[in-house]
Amino acid sequence: METSALTILWFVLIAVLWSGYLVLEGFDFGVGMLTSILPAGDERHKESERRVLINTIGPVWDGNEVWLLTAGGATFAAFPEWYATLFEGFYLPLLLILLALILRGVAFEYRGKLARASWVKAFDAAITVGSWLPALLWGVAFANLVRGLELTQDGFAYHYTGGFWALLNPFALLGGVTTLVLFALHGTIYVSLKTSGAIRDRAAALSSRLSVAALVVAGAWAVWAQVAYSRNAWTWAAVVVAALALVAVVWAAWTRRAGLAFIGTAVTLVAAVVLIFGAMYPYALAPLAADGVGLHLATASSTHLTLVIMTWVAVLLTPVVLAYTAWTYWVFRRRLSTADLPAPAALSWSAAKSAFATALR
Amino acid sequence: MQTLDLARWQFAITTVYHFIFVPLTIGLAPLVAGMQTAWVRTGDEKWLRLTRFFGKLLLINFALGVVTGIVQEFQFGMAWSGYSRTVGDIFGAPLAMEALAAFFIESTFLGLWIFGWDRLSKRAHLVCIWLFAFAVNLSAFFIIAANSWMQHPVGAVWNAETGRAEMDDFAQVLTNSTLWGAFPHTVTASFLTAGTFMAGIALYWMVRLGRTGKAEAAEHARRVYRPALRIGVVTMVVAGLGVAWTGDYQGKLMFEQQPAKMAAAEAICGAEGEEAVGLSLLSVGLASGDCENVSTLLAVPGLASFLATGSFTGPDSFLPSVPQVQGEREAQFGAVDEDGEPIAYTPPLAITFWSFRLMIATGLGSVALALVGWWMTRKDRVPARPWVGRLAVIAIFTPFLGAAFGWIFTEVGRQPWVVAPNPTGIDEIRLLTARGVSDLPPGVVLTSMVVLTLVYGVLAMAWGKLMHRYVVEGANTVVRDVSPSADDPGDTPLSFAY
Repeated sequence: METSALTILWFVLIAVLWSGYLVLEGFDFGVGMLTSILPAGDERHKESERRVLINTIGPVWDGNEVWLLTAGGATFAAFPEWYATLFEGFYLPLLLILLALILRGVAFEYRGKLARASWVKAFDAAITVGSWLPALLWGVAFANLVRGLELTQDGFAYHYTGGFWALLNPFALLGGVTTLVLFALHGTIYVSLKTSGAIRDRAAALSSRLSVAALVVAGAWAVWAQVAYSRNAWTWAAVVVAALALVAVVWAAWTRRAGLAFIGTAVTLVAAVVLIFGAMYPYALAPLAADGVGLHLATASSTHLTLVIMTWVAVLLTPVVLAYTAWTYWVFRRRLSTADLPAPAALSWSAAKSAFATALR
Repeated sequence: MQTLDLARWQFAITTVYHFIFVPLTIGLAPLVAGMQTAWVRTGDEKWLRLTRFFGKLLLINFALGVVTGIVQEFQFGMAWSGYSRTVGDIFGAPLAMEALAAFFIESTFLGLWIFGWDRLSKRAHLVCIWLFAFAVNLSAFFIIAANSWMQHPVGAVWNAETGRAEMDDFAQVLTNSTLWGAFPHTVTASFLTAGTFMAGIALYWMVRLGRTGKAEAAEHARRVYRPALRIGVVTMVVAGLGVAWTGDYQGKLMFEQQPAKMAAAEAICGAEGEEAVGLSLLSVGLASGDCENVSTLLAVPGLASFLATGSFTGPDSFLPSVPQVQGEREAQFGAVDEDGEPIAYTPPLAITFWSFRLMIATGLGSVALALVGWWMTRKDRVPARPWVGRLAVIAIFTPFLGAAFGWIFTEVGRQPWVVAPNPTGIDEIRLLTARGVSDLPPGVVLTSMVVLTLVYGVLAMAWGKLMHRYVVEGANTVVRDVSPSADDPGDTPLSFAY
């Protein structure tokens, strides 16, 4: 089957969008996961540290999530059959991810807005579930894409027929653990870059230990993926890059070079996306059995005209998006510590009442 | 229930819910930006107070708008994969553009605005909220471009070989007459919502202050809340006129493009199809869904015809009736579907008829507020009557209801089509809603519908709680200017954090 150059370009662009998503939201998932394990000391101090963690990603997490929305929208526009078959087939896992993202997003905005212990606690739980669950599920989902799916073809339409439980196979579960560990590591390193004081030291210490775990787990998964499932030999290159990057992360983490370590985890995540998409190529949805039905990229693709229009839009807008995103990180480049935090912005009833009384005077 | 019914319920619930938060954001963001501009230009502290106050409410509201929007983006693939694969070549493009052109600006610059009070210069910080306000409106444009294409497909051709609609001319998709009716209607309705929200809260507070009977309180009401009320009232008047005008334009488009929706909205049943039609104020017997028992009890003669065609009487004013539309459609597209079931080519009469009227009636709540608010505060008066405060609070809800009924009308009125045939052009592009739904067991969709409804319900309570508490707190607290000066490059502790 003939796959046009534009179709391949859009396959690559969607991989780029997923890379952006995993690298960016990867660290904010990690930070979200840390809110339930990293803070130490008495309850008061823990609360300050939780706030420090949340505030390191406060200005950027929402922008990070837009990479996912753009990846979804771009798949819809450039590969409608892929979008339709994949999301119909992964209905329940995707629902879980969406619920997690909903709860988590609201929690960041709402948790500090009311000074009541039960309120804050409920939204802390939402951040915990909302960060751990997608960190695991994204890996499960991508591993299944690499492994291949049971598909049927019905006229023009393709359908996934494997069911929900088939998605929880050992390879996919290891994939889930891989993203979980990678995001946790990525987030820990981010925290050690963005904070100062005791919390930074604890984050750095944790990142050294996590880096070894990540090397073992991610290395095992990548080799398994390549040997058992990749449809292309050249993706060995991605496996090697990921492995080298993780080795560098281990070294950087143990020698407290957080900046280098962060670049290392980012490179690892990009290499993982290259491996995942490279292993699938030339399929949008690869078949599970060698002689099974697969959704070929050319079949899944939109028409030439749609791809041309989308390419123009992407070429014009992407540099602008990258520029202002970079600026945001520059504006909020300063490290945070518990000493920097203002009193919670939560509405205090007594303050509201006294302000009302003052207004009358 | 079948997967189709469940998927439709789920889409209705999630969309109407999402659209509680969207119109307020679309309208309120520019109003907050305007107030912040007033502060930067005049240095008057009351504008900073109002910016912070309404800014907080905007954020509480935007948070739910964002997270419920994520579901919308994926739901097309999850529950409506037949639709997605058939029209994704055209429909996907505006969705992707919304993400790339608008969402990135919204999320990035809102983050900068929330956390940047003491990190950015006054002007740079002001630019952030304006960019946010621009982007939420741009979002609306792309989404309504996509929706308008479903109402009235243009710029596409049918490819029988691939079994899908394919893009032919994207410029036509962006210049679709339906889009240019619906987009200004939605945006003006959003400004009406935000204006009502601002005026309602300001008037509630003026009454609260006025009721203390103290001169200082009245002075505070005049100084801080009266300007907010005035901005709200002016917004309501301008936006309200815009809503009415664009609504009228849409009515005329509907007559051309979706005669079945028109026939159902007016419950035109008998032989009236051959003569000028009155605007029904009350029709009964709609619930059965067909014309058997419908009778119009009260109508303004000729008005429906005038609204649709610009003519009260004569051959130009003939509107199609439900049976007439059904007959024409059966001749054109067949009387039965692939399973041999008859196809109803007119939407459910009761929902279409009543949602249309409720949209207009609830939207009028703003008019009452605008008149009362303006009259009660003329010549610097501060109202103290309790009913004024109550009216202010009740009026806040009415445009939200109007927006919800508006969407129910426009979406239900399109049935049985998910992509309505275009009678003025390419009628080979069309898709029955039943053909758009995913191939899933009903239990799966039932699960997601129940879970989403429950989660949305809990979040609505949190939203309502915060909105209420922050409105009741008011804009009374004095706020400091924390923007960085030359000798302080922004290295002080944060002035705002979660």
